[in-house]
Amino acid sequence: MALLDRFPALAGVDLSVQAGEMVCLRGPNGAGKSTLLRACAGLVPVRGARAEVLGFDLRADRRSVRRHVGLLGHRAPLYGDLRVDDQVRHCAELHSAAPAEVTAAVERFGIGGRLGAVAIRRLSEGQQRRVALACLTIARPRLWLLDEPHAGLDSSNRDALDDLLADAVTAGATVMFATHEVGRAGAAARQVLLAGGRIEEGSPTPPTIGPNDAA
Amino acid sequence: MLREIWIVCRKDLTIEWRARVTLVQIVPTVLLVLVVFAFAFDANPTLLGAGAGGLFWVAVLFGAVLGSKRSFDIEAEGGNLDALRLGGLAPAAILWGKATALALQSMVVGVFAAAGLLVLFSVTVEDWLLIVAAGLCGTAAFAVCGALYGAMTVGLRSADTLLPLLLIPVAAPVLLAGTRAFDVALGTSADQGWSWTALLAVVLVTYIAVGWLAAGPLLEDA
Amino acid sequence: MTGSLATRVLGAVALAAVAVMAILALWISPADEVQGDAVRLMYVHVPSIWVAYGSFVLTAFASARVLWRTRSGAGGSQGVIADRQARHWDRVAGAAAELGVIFTALTLMTGSLWGKVTWGAYWQWDARLTTSVLLFVTYLGYLALRRLPAESRSRARRSAVMALIAVVNLPIVHFSVDWWRTLHQEASLELGPGGARNYTGEMYWTLLYSWATFTMVALWIGIHRYRVLRLEELAEEAALEELLAARRAEYENAGPRSTEQESNERAEQVTSR
Repeated sequence: MALLDRFPALAGVDLSVQAGEMVCLRGPNGAGKSTLLRACAGLVPVRGARAEVLGFDLRADRRSVRRHVGLLGHRAPLYGDLRVDDQVRHCAELHSAAPAEVTAAVERFGIGGRLGAVAIRRLSEGQQRRVALACLTIARPRLWLLDEPHAGLDSSNRDALDDLLADAVTAGATVMFATHEVGRAGAAARQVLLAGGRIEEGSPTPPTIGPNDAA
Repeated sequence: MLREIWIVCRKDLTIEWRARVTLVQIVPTVLLVLVVFAFAFDANPTLLGAGAGGLFWVAVLFGAVLGSKRSFDIEAEGGNLDALRLGGLAPAAILWGKATALALQSMVVGVFAAAGLLVLFSVTVEDWLLIVAAGLCGTAAFAVCGALYGAMTVGLRSADTLLPLLLIPVAAPVLLAGTRAFDVALGTSADQGWSWTALLAVVLVTYIAVGWLAAGPLLEDA
Repeated sequence: MTGSLATRVLGAVALAAVAVMAILALWISPADEVQGDAVRLMYVHVPSIWVAYGSFVLTAFASARVLWRTRSGAGGSQGVIADRQARHWDRVAGAAAELGVIFTALTLMTGSLWGKVTWGAYWQWDARLTTSVLLFVTYLGYLALRRLPAESRSRARRSAVMALIAVVNLPIVHFSVDWWRTLHQEASLELGPGGARNYTGEMYWTLLYSWATFTMVALWIGIHRYRVLRLEELAEEAALEELLAARRAEYENAGPRSTEQESNERAEQVTSR
């Protein structure tokens, strides 16, 4: 169970995910998809349940797991007043990324050159998501958590995103994303349906959360 | 740790450099406070001269409240604080990075407020060293308090209106000691200016110690 | 609802003690040579601030316990015990802070009345008065922070930090204000609020007795307040159970409908594009 303010957003989720798996979370609005993603990132306290992510017990220590997780929420975690290149540099510093990786990420999402000198506030929503995805790539997480990652992207960038996620899985990372779009979800190996803070498939017995990553 | 503090501080200073909120909004507001006080005291030069030290610190305190509000607003927006946490930054590093940036910005505000004092209230400085020492300690203490309470209320609903209520009583000793020290430096009082400055330094050190202990419980989650 | 035999007895004793205190303070103890009957305000004013200080010390102690308990907040049965204790101390801190604010307000009110009679002004920028008023505003802020809606554990931790900062700040405020006023002595405050130390005989005993009475009254109110806070939490937990049940029902209902809902959502997305 996980509480948002005082609302039980998650009410008994039983989920186990293998390392290198790609999982697609689906379900109606308010089903608890976003909260599940945030709980896996160690940002939401989990109560009355066993929860283990990447081998870290979330009830004992939610901090250690964080540096291995990349989370992209509904809104891109960017500073509106920074320029694109400032933001990228900040992310690179934060995750101590090598310059070559940074250049590769910038090129992959086409946010270099003229766009680099533009304030993030002035970018379109899709461009902002591209910056956020580039930052996520720079962070090289072992567990990727994405909330509606395709929203606001044009078709070529959607393909770029799908390639990115496929590459991440190939490199041994685990990916979990929430989406409404059935077409996109088809790319993922495993579909999980959420409703009313619970998993649709699987038994509704003891409430546990846990993408149990073997790594 | 120093590297982590630097990451946060540099990011905040870059944001200030790009948006110039301190320079374009907070500094004018602080100068406006000085002008409004002149209205309150009917532009009486004697009264304004005698109260100049206090007016400086009141104005800078308002500036610090606005600054800490802004500093944590940008983190609450769009889950930026989460991104810093996911970067594996220690809570103390986030707090001290923001406090350092806030202190530098408050000092800029202080320089403008002091210039405003010299021009608008025609005061004369008798002890520049005392002004600089007290000014540095006082603005840094405001910044540390501001960062602490900003972290305490970040992301809370109706935190905007709560921050001044929490911050001003805690900053009262700084206000008091800064005012006494400035009165001496401006020659309007024959007090022990350096003792008051020492008190400012003690307050600053105390709050730094408190911050070390409080950063974890405040910023770990929430 | 919140009464028990012990608190009923305590309440009865406290109320009787207040009646006796009124007689002692208003009739038995003598009027002061200089201040006349105004000195009787002392029997409310001085014990109030003692009780207030005691409450704030208790708030600080309880807050330290909250932080200590949540620090070792591991999983398992130990975690559950730690959580329960943290909640207990959080309630103690909250109830004590409310008492402290009320009694500080009482001190400030009686003090200004006393000041009006002896100094001819409701307020003097005396060191003790200034410290008290800053103390009052600080804890008003603390209570305001407690009222903001948040997840109970993070709220407990946040308010505990604030209470400890307030306590660390108290000597700084006291010292700086004291220094400020003694260096700029404008009025000799031997008489009136805060200057009530050198009394002997009946006045002294009445003062001690009032202090005991006030402590009892505070304890009585405090215990009830603690119990009300616990009931509030229980009500919240019951509401949570209901919410959980509703949330699970949402899931049961969503089962057969989910495909339909999804196709609706797909339709929405298509139209929005």
